Amino acid sequence: MGLSGTRLIALAGNPNVGKSTVFNALTGMRQHTGNWPGKTVASARGVCRHAGHVYELVDIPGAYSLNARSAEEEVARDFLCFGGAQAVIVVCDATCLERNLNLALQILELTPRVVLCVNLLDEAARRHIRVDTRALERLLGVPVVGTSARGGRGLERLLERVEEVVGRVPEQALRVTYPPELEAEVERLAQSLAPRLRGRLEARWTALRLLEGNDAALDAVQAHLSPLDIRPAVQAAQNARAVLGISARQVETAVVGAIYREAERLCGAAVRSQEPQGGRRLRVDRLLTGRLTGIPAMLLLLAAVFYLTIRGANLPSQLLSDALFSLEAPLSRALDALGASWLHGPLVEGAYRTLAWVVSVMLPPMAIFFPLFTLLEDVGFLPRVAFNLDGCFKRCHACGKQALTVCMGFGCNAAGVVGCRIIDSPRERLIAILTNALTPCNGRFPLLIQLITLFFVGALGGWAAALMLTGLIVLSLGMTLLASRLLSATLLRGVPSAFTLELPPFRRPQVGRVIVRSVFDRTLFVLGRAAAVAAPAGLTIWLLANIAPGGVSLMARLNALLDPLGRLLGLDGVLLTAFLLGFPANEIVLPLAVMGYAQGSALVQTGGAPALQALLVQHGWTQWTALCVMLFSLFHWPCSTTLLTIRRETGSAKWTALALLLPTALGMALCALVAAAARLLA
Amino acid sequence: MILGLEGCVVNALCDMSTGQRARVVGVPGNGAMSRRLLDVGFTPGAAVTCLFQAPCGDPRAYLVRGAVIALRREDARAVQVEPAAREVITWA
Repeated sequence: MGLSGTRLIALAGNPNVGKSTVFNALTGMRQHTGNWPGKTVASARGVCRHAGHVYELVDIPGAYSLNARSAEEEVARDFLCFGGAQAVIVVCDATCLERNLNLALQILELTPRVVLCVNLLDEAARRHIRVDTRALERLLGVPVVGTSARGGRGLERLLERVEEVVGRVPEQALRVTYPPELEAEVERLAQSLAPRLRGRLEARWTALRLLEGNDAALDAVQAHLSPLDIRPAVQAAQNARAVLGISARQVETAVVGAIYREAERLCGAAVRSQEPQGGRRLRVDRLLTGRLTGIPAMLLLLAAVFYLTIRGANLPSQLLSDALFSLEAPLSRALDALGASWLHGPLVEGAYRTLAWVVSVMLPPMAIFFPLFTLLEDVGFLPRVAFNLDGCFKRCHACGKQALTVCMGFGCNAAGVVGCRIIDSPRERLIAILTNALTPCNGRFPLLIQLITLFFVGALGGWAAALMLTGLIVLSLGMTLLASRLLSATLLRGVPSAFTLELPPFRRPQVGRVIVRSVFDRTLFVLGRAAAVAAPAGLTIWLLANIAPGGVSLMARLNALLDPLGRLLGLDGVLLTAFLLGFPANEIVLPLAVMGYAQGSALVQTGGAPALQALLVQHGWTQWTALCVMLFSLFHWPCSTTLLTIRRETGSAKWTALALLLPTALGMALCALVAAAARLLA
Repeated sequence: MILGLEGCVVNALCDMSTGQRARVVGVPGNGAMSRRLLDVGFTPGAAVTCLFQAPCGDPRAYLVRGAVIALRREDARAVQVEPAAREVITWA
């Protein structure tokens, strides 16, 4: 127990068993949850109180086992071995208990202070799977609590049982027994190790890893328990294997096999399943992954999400815009009354107007797209997307899980880059990181939607816009694949590595919670960031337009400087300036461009669509310009947050520079091509 | 197709057709991947069903110990299975 009396509790479990949901429910925190494996990539910590005690909960990354060699599993193993937790809650999926018990039984070899939390009981009941937690508790010898964390059921009881094992070590905790010859060697090794480990680590567990020749685990032991020298024990294990006449590999198989047999026995006694094989779930899966139906179904669903976003955002955007722009006059009057009318220009025409623009244009599509996307995530759709697209990624010598990180990129590229940790191979992880910004994040959708609506679909309406946006997404996916192939043929050469992808069962989404969470946690957060950037950027634009040394404004000078390059790309100087100033947040690019155009012109109200279109056309925009702006928005440098994240994740300035150059070069090439084609055709 | 030690017919997991069931005989490889395959439940004796495949035929999804795991063809080759009597799962 720590000095402060806080009790440290680890929350472990397989990927995608609702660990983060349990964590959130207990701590009141808002770790992002989603129905796909590998979502928790770093340990989160939170505090909860129960019966006068303070518990610090650590949500460690999901792991199938403590032995495998993935980054998340190493984090999980090291925390469980050396993190000093006073108890471990092992969260299990009631619908897949046998597989989950593999990890639970391994953890029981590290410590008997375990509470088994059989989660997703509601889901299991729906599928006619009944888990007898009492029988399981009797057999395991540690507390077993059934929960449905999403509904908050069973959590109070869970804490009671945690308190119980913190206070008293369970004495009858189940220990897996191995084949007799192996068991004898394990015992012998463990006895010789015990005095040297001095209780810092379970000797039996260490002996097993020695016999398995699990170097990764042994290195961790060596590193954490230095100056302990385990080399003699490694030698002893080698001798033991020689005596038994078996290889390290055979020991591994025997150990995992014995654990799974134990899991089978436990489930045989405690789980009653009347789930029919196949059924509706399988039919849905076969439809979503079918040869003829898989890809169309995915595209249709994506188009439907866009349709709802575009149609739904229209009216609220207009209302917000009207409301915010109508505040301009009172603001000006207030400044006049304060005797600060000289501030009117920079504050109202610069900062406030840009802010109003960003809010009215950004908020409605985000507030619709985010929840819809989160719903798809909650149902379990994303792993199916990864499954369907894996063939493409394989051909590009990349990892199929990259499709998951691409999906995360739709929300936010920085999150997508962090998500790349689910990819085990360093080469494939780098490819996924470097190409993530080619996926348009949520901040770029409003620009795409607005330009598609203004310049392309016209009266055709929502579905046409949704289909065109879907087309752009397909293009961005194609670009991601192309860039991945390019990287794997040049700088990151190699063959695709092996991986397993779990397809979790579809779960009934919690519509209400998803909407509240995604609006408050994600939409408002991203909007807040955009707004924080918008006001200063608007101010900058105003200053650029109004500071005029020698009679020519800075803006005009900058435009003149950037215009040739802009023209080459089918854009112009103002747009390039807007893209540059939009570096901190993609959301503000279009508003900044509009501000740039509107400076000095008589046009004050820029909220309405017809007025906006008129303004753009007046500045020489054609459909080709709109196309180039959309393409450049899809493919240009990542925003500053994403770049900082890439720097942190790769730990390398060189890779970060490449992450900046790669999409920029691709976008410039594409835009220059389109612009050239436009000149030819015009 | 080779003959296993106990005289049973041994196939690679990747050669199963969708809907077919089998029992795992072993994962003879030596790398981290075969270890991962053991960890997710492909241990000797485990029942496995090939459920469905991606639009281009690869990867495929296998039901093992209550979970659905997708594997690429060359990764599934590492798992040796003994086909159960030909049986097609029901479409309830």
